[in-house]
Amino acid sequence: MTAIDRIEGRACVLRGNDIDTDRIIPARYLRAITFDGLGEHAFEDDRIQAKGDHPFDDERFAGASLLIVGANFGCGSSREHAPQALMRSGFRAFIGESFAEIFAGNCTALGLPYAMLDADDLAALMDAVVLDPEQPVLLDLEARTVSSRAGTVAAKIPDGVRRQLLEGSWNATRVLLDAGEAIEATSARIPYLNDFPG
Amino acid sequence: MGVGPRPCYPTGAMTKPTPPISSDANLLDKVWNAHTVRELPSGQTQLFIGLHLIHEVTSPQAFAMLREMKLPVRFPQRTLATVDHIIPTLSQQRPLADDLAEKMMGAIETNCAEHGIRLLDTASGQQGIVHVIGPELGLTQPGMTIACGDSHTSTHGAFGAMAFGIGTSQVRDVLATQCLALSKPQVRRIDVSGKLRPGVYAKDVILAIIRELGVNGGVGYAYEYGGPAIDAMSIEERLTVCNMSIEGGARCGYANPDETTFEYLRGREFAPRGAAFDRAVGWWKSLASPPGATYDDRVELDGNAIAPSVSWGINPGQNIGIDERLPFPADAPPEERVSLEEAYGYMSLKPGEPIEGTPIQVAFIGSCTNGRISDLREAARVARTGRVAPGVKALVVPGSQAVARQAEAEGLHEVFRAAGFEWRLAGCSMCLAMNPDKLVDREICASSSNRNFKGRQGSPTGRTLLMSPAMVAAAAIEGRVVDVRGVL
Ligand code: SF4
Repeated sequence: MTAIDRIEGRACVLRGNDIDTDRIIPARYLRAITFDGLGEHAFEDDRIQAKGDHPFDDERFAGASLLIVGANFGCGSSREHAPQALMRSGFRAFIGESFAEIFAGNCTALGLPYAMLDADDLAALMDAVVLDPEQPVLLDLEARTVSSRAGTVAAKIPDGVRRQLLEGSWNATRVLLDAGEAIEATSARIPYLNDFPG
Repeated sequence: MGVGPRPCYPTGAMTKPTPPISSDANLLDKVWNAHTVRELPSGQTQLFIGLHLIHEVTSPQAFAMLREMKLPVRFPQRTLATVDHIIPTLSQQRPLADDLAEKMMGAIETNCAEHGIRLLDTASGQQGIVHVIGPELGLTQPGMTIACGDSHTSTHGAFGAMAFGIGTSQVRDVLATQCLALSKPQVRRIDVSGKLRPGVYAKDVILAIIRELGVNGGVGYAYEYGGPAIDAMSIEERLTVCNMSIEGGARCGYANPDETTFEYLRGREFAPRGAAFDRAVGWWKSLASPPGATYDDRVELDGNAIAPSVSWGINPGQNIGIDERLPFPADAPPEERVSLEEAYGYMSLKPGEPIEGTPIQVAFIGSCTNGRISDLREAARVARTGRVAPGVKALVVPGSQAVARQAEAEGLHEVFRAAGFEWRLAGCSMCLAMNPDKLVDREICASSSNRNFKGRQGSPTGRTLLMSPAMVAAAAIEGRVVDVRGVL
């Protein structure tokens, strides 16, 4: 599996807090048995209502690979379709004030890093990118920093997540399989799997 | 707020005894320990998952990934499947009218057959919303670790289980290894003191908790609910409270197992029987957090002070008591103002106005929050008092086939029909927009479900007011939001 240590590219700024996964990918697109084609429907209802005035329709942000968001991004439904849709519309990493837990876990499972900035640093980064969307933004997992023309600021990335990405062990299945027989050994001592031995 | 001593775990051991645990350990500590396979290099824990529930929406891609990795399902007997999200509630005749839905049904049938997984489909008589059937079949038990590709898996915590909503890649992990890589959450104990007043329900309690602690106040935490008002609740009421833990941002939520829990489980299909049941009770009792248990945080709420609650905005934390007026953004902390303005813009409601009297066009009684028999009984009590107002579309959707059978045996379906409600087949229905039940345009729906997000109920501009099932029934009859205490 690929180790991920830095994501560099242009960024898109999506303001607002508590953006839920129903908005990221409306439920009607979950009527499918694959994740194919989800990218084009990301934020579809928000975009329709914004009548073209949505960051995802702003040409200045076209081709961005980092998405900069507010607080509690990705709350609500556990649908992995949400990070899948964003990944399939070209995003490789998320920078925000905070992320909902299941969303964050889904991102890690897909090898998509997320990083949290202090509110002031985040506001400055958002303003800088909106002023000059051509500039490259760098998320450096090794250094735990985000760099832009606004400067380099500290980013919070949970230790375990950072290690999985840096080591390339973010696809958990392989890692979990490494436990081998310890899995069966554990199941052998769980009371409800063994008729509740007295 | 005090941080208790953290238990430590041996690392990477192939076989090992259950690590010792201190006498003030809480339920989560104990259940976590009992299921720990090993510590992972990432610092996370490899946790054995005792019960895995799957449904048609988040599982097909997981089976595809498994196939790609050429892996079998490791413990097929620990996974159980049902269909709920896409299933229509008017006719469930196959093939389903919606091709995409039919395809998803086909996929879960094939995947279950291929891997030897039991599927509770509509022909089984046991189909229903995954979080309704787990408890009612006795599948959900104290001390279990439970995972399901659905955020409302937290519901199952009502039994004193640790129940996690997971994404599709993690569904793959569980299928392949019966394990998850998880970070141990902290535990916040939430005591609800006093006694709920008449007309105040479990739904109002959890809405009040989320209003108090915020929609992301629970991030990093498991919520342990306790105190006199929770102790006095039935299992079904505790299910409602635990269900919406996720709306408060918590990773999971639970109540400690007690006599109410044991009596609920006795005799259920998948619950232990005979002498095994008694041995089980012994283990279940040993798991409950003791009176002096350590927690990472504690909060207390006065149950006497909780009123019937109604959400008015676009997240579940934006709710108020029925006798209150809508908040002024200027009175809110600066960081909340933007959200409030956005909510007013979307909902077309005005600060300072009462929520009571808001006209509704749709009423929805159902979902994994409030689609159980006790919910339907309370709604029927209200339905007996009148008829659905002209111009209001009112749906009652039982959470499972078993709930439907019970309601019909009690004649509740006739009560609803006589009052002008539609009586539907079991499924998620109008809780989300994946089946034919949807809002149209700007309709306002009084809903017993759990999410009032923009577009959640199927119209990108539709509006949702969350409330208890009895409040929904009352709103259906009046054609506007009313205080159910004046009706009962
Ligand atoms: S009833 Fe609603 S919240 Fe519950 S599982 Fe179904 S869609 Fe999800």
